[in-house]
Amino acid sequence: MVIDDLIEIAEKEKAARKPCVVRCCMAAGCMSSNSQGVKEALDRAVKAAGLEDRVEVRGVGCMKLCCQGPLVQIDQEAPGATVEVQTIGKGPLYEKVTPESAASLIETIKGGSTDVSAADPQHPFFTQQFSIVLANSGIVDPERIESYIAAEGYHALHDVLREMTPKEVVDALIKSGLRGRGGAGYPTGLKWATVAKTASAQKYVICNADEGDPGAFMDRSVLESDPHAVLEGMAIAAHAVGASQGFIYVRAEYPLAISRLQTAIKQAKQLGLLGSGIFESPFNFSIDLRIGAGAFVCGEETALMASVEGKRGTPRPRPPFPAESGLYNSPTLINNVETFANVPAIIRKGADWFAGIGTEKSKGTKVFALAGKITNTGLIEVPMGTPLRKIVEEMGGGAPDGGTIKAVQTGGPSGGCIPAAALDTPVDYDSLTKLGSIMGSGGMIVMDETTRMVDVARFFMEFCMDESCGKCIPCRAGTVQMHHLLAKILERKATLRDLQKLEELCDMVRSTSLCGLGQTAPNPVLSTLRYFRQEYLDLLREDALGPGANGHSSRTTTPAPQPAGGN
Amino acid sequence: MAARTFTIDGKHVSADESATILEAASEVGITIPTLCHLDGVYDVGACRLCLVEVTGVPKLLPACTTRVAEGMDINTDSERLRKYRRMTLELLFAERNHVCAVCVANSHCELQTLAYTLGMDHVRYEYTFPRWPVDNTHSLFGMDHNRCIMCTRCVRVCWHIEGAGTKNVSGRGARSQVISDLNQPWGTSETCTRCGKCVMSCPTGALFAKGVTVSEMERDRTKLEFIVTAREKKQWIA
Amino acid sequence: MTDMIATLSTKKENRLGKVLEHASGDKRFKILEAHMKKHQFKHDALIEVLHKAQELFGFLEEDLLLFIAHKLKLPASRVYGVATFYHFFTLKPKGQHTCVVCMGTACYVKGADKVLAAIEEKTGIKAGETTEDNQLSLLTARCIGACGIAPAVVYDGTVTPRQTPQTALDRVKGWTSHGN
Repeated sequence: MVIDDLIEIAEKEKAARKPCVVRCCMAAGCMSSNSQGVKEALDRAVKAAGLEDRVEVRGVGCMKLCCQGPLVQIDQEAPGATVEVQTIGKGPLYEKVTPESAASLIETIKGGSTDVSAADPQHPFFTQQFSIVLANSGIVDPERIESYIAAEGYHALHDVLREMTPKEVVDALIKSGLRGRGGAGYPTGLKWATVAKTASAQKYVICNADEGDPGAFMDRSVLESDPHAVLEGMAIAAHAVGASQGFIYVRAEYPLAISRLQTAIKQAKQLGLLGSGIFESPFNFSIDLRIGAGAFVCGEETALMASVEGKRGTPRPRPPFPAESGLYNSPTLINNVETFANVPAIIRKGADWFAGIGTEKSKGTKVFALAGKITNTGLIEVPMGTPLRKIVEEMGGGAPDGGTIKAVQTGGPSGGCIPAAALDTPVDYDSLTKLGSIMGSGGMIVMDETTRMVDVARFFMEFCMDESCGKCIPCRAGTVQMHHLLAKILERKATLRDLQKLEELCDMVRSTSLCGLGQTAPNPVLSTLRYFRQEYLDLLREDALGPGANGHSSRTTTPAPQPAGGN
Repeated sequence: MAARTFTIDGKHVSADESATILEAASEVGITIPTLCHLDGVYDVGACRLCLVEVTGVPKLLPACTTRVAEGMDINTDSERLRKYRRMTLELLFAERNHVCAVCVANSHCELQTLAYTLGMDHVRYEYTFPRWPVDNTHSLFGMDHNRCIMCTRCVRVCWHIEGAGTKNVSGRGARSQVISDLNQPWGTSETCTRCGKCVMSCPTGALFAKGVTVSEMERDRTKLEFIVTAREKKQWIA
Repeated sequence: MTDMIATLSTKKENRLGKVLEHASGDKRFKILEAHMKKHQFKHDALIEVLHKAQELFGFLEEDLLLFIAHKLKLPASRVYGVATFYHFFTLKPKGQHTCVVCMGTACYVKGADKVLAAIEEKTGIKAGETTEDNQLSLLTARCIGACGIAPAVVYDGTVTPRQTPQTALDRVKGWTSHGN
């Protein structure tokens, strides 16, 4: 494989294009609403209408507006022209398509009409998006490497291998200002530099695709929609740090992502884009998949590495950090899916271009998964620093059925609840941390006035309790006690003393736990205590507060606790 | 082999760069409370009792796994650390059924001793009173899961010193427990060599020799230490 | 209390020998061994091997774990420890049908707890259990990433969007013998 081969594949792919492209979403969200059946019906309708040489039906990745799936978009050019990457996505986006209504969509190509409703392309949900990571999502066919190559895929890897030294690549990443998208926001370039500087015969690159935060599905969508971008990003990283073996640790709960990755790795190997002597350089790199088995704690890097080694996924104290001693005690670079997916674009378009997007300390874009009590659930990608209000009210369309937004939960079980009053906060690492939450991996759960914050805190504490690995005492026993206290509050049996105990435990567990899971487990409690303390006080026992203490008057307005869900 | 100089509780100390804070402290007679640490086997940093403050580091660091560094200013005792250590012990006492009065290890128990020395005089958290079994099937030893604090010393000595691998941890979170082979009665284990190292290593009354009653389970750690260090100290030769 | 104190057993049986004898007559063990060979019987392949074993046998019974431990030359306790650490692995047989209620945050705030409660009430089993007639296993997931279509329930491997207590009950009705 040399660059000419790559260009030839891209040209061949482009030449085969047709004037009309019907794209059908084949990501997990739409698949669960039978988009497979829709695609088959579309194929049949095209055949029946005799339009095979004019119309291409393409299965693509996520088209973002997941709540309205299955989604189908039809792009059509004037006779003679073909649909190019640049012009794609201008046609109508049909919602909730069924196999029965699919044929009528094909009729529209010939000038007919359809009853299927189409989304408004001028809605802020679409116009306010800024795509880097999701640029190919919904456009390229994730199961065909040629489709990715035609969208300039693997060109960045070529440039890096043939024209840049590892140090130049690391410098470009430092200059771009990219920070880890897994949650903590550690500068990616700095991490790469540390691994690159550590001398060792064997180094590893790991992609953390163990997207465990409940309510987050960005990484799943990236893997299902554009798996090659992740592979290319990993290969560039491997060149930069001097690694020859990569692993992708992906959750067993994502079977579609696993199968797309397997296909992508196979295709890349066949074309020589993975393996030995890539682009006729001395660089060798192969990638293996490791399937998780249902343990949230394995998102923590040292636990993840233990799991890759086939052990119980328990974390170990850091230092030593993985960059010095990680997988099999070798220097290991470990980044999240979205981080790697940013890399090819940074190399292709330049570090300065990337650094020009976002805020001073948070560069680029961030993908968020909007879910919960919000009209438009789905995926959005926006520049860092976009105000939260713009995301949830304009793009997300606010709470459904005229409800009002009460809080936005970010960062999953490690994050916190941001009250509606703080919606004007720009979304970047530092602003969210100041509010007592975290950026996290990008899950954004919107809560309306029917959501009870103490119950939310209990929900997350139950999660942490179940997912605690049991190695260190504060997390193993502390989460049990905190959960017990929260349940006691919800049962209206707690006193002010219990609330103090809860706060004291939050501080202790946060300060003394071994890994990130325990250290951040109190966050949902602390942030709800900070912004919704009254809800806690309202639930305390009648005799818990002294005379004159607040909390009595509003007690009747608080709905009675429901029996807790789960077990 | 390079020496590092630093301070522990205001005292100037020097130690080899490979030393942990715990080792360096014990060298100069400063005791840091520990439960999961056991001389001779590798550390896991699980009990969090040995956490210390280091000036300039925002997080508390486990003394057992943190190596010393030049100029480090270490503080092993403060009101905050004492409070956290007491709370850790309270959590342990509330987690399983630690009833000293009827325990074989009463007055020879590291958990009990720590509670005394750290001033943990009562438990403010609700006892969970879990129903854990007692495994009395082994011909020489017994295991009472009610007394287990999951320090995993027994697991480590079984694998790293004896090489038997009979003991391991199953499950996770509060439901994790020490098992023998496939979570079967200890007496039916096909791998147990009946060496007794696990019993010697246990800090509480969870593992005991058969035939002992309340307060009679004393442990001889010198044997364990001998096995680990005899080679380097050239004690094999009679 | 008698169930909490194991009884004294004096005789050890040669369990491994029996397992190996049994395995020689079962084709699935051969497939599993071939899979281990593909991984060169490396210790770090343990989780991959457990995945394969569960795929072949449906669940991980103790003899199977012993077989894997023997072939990978790992202590049995280590294999058992790993198998019980990860929630994906099950040591008990599953029912004919499975119903996995997603309890991720998005599903939870949209009422997944009520869906689960309805199924639990109808079937008389709790999450994590299997009905006595072995027809239905009720499970919960920590987030299947289908938040856009919350609340989601997975019936026999098919993700189904926007569930309510009623739609869920309709779906599992035929799977329970006393379903009416």
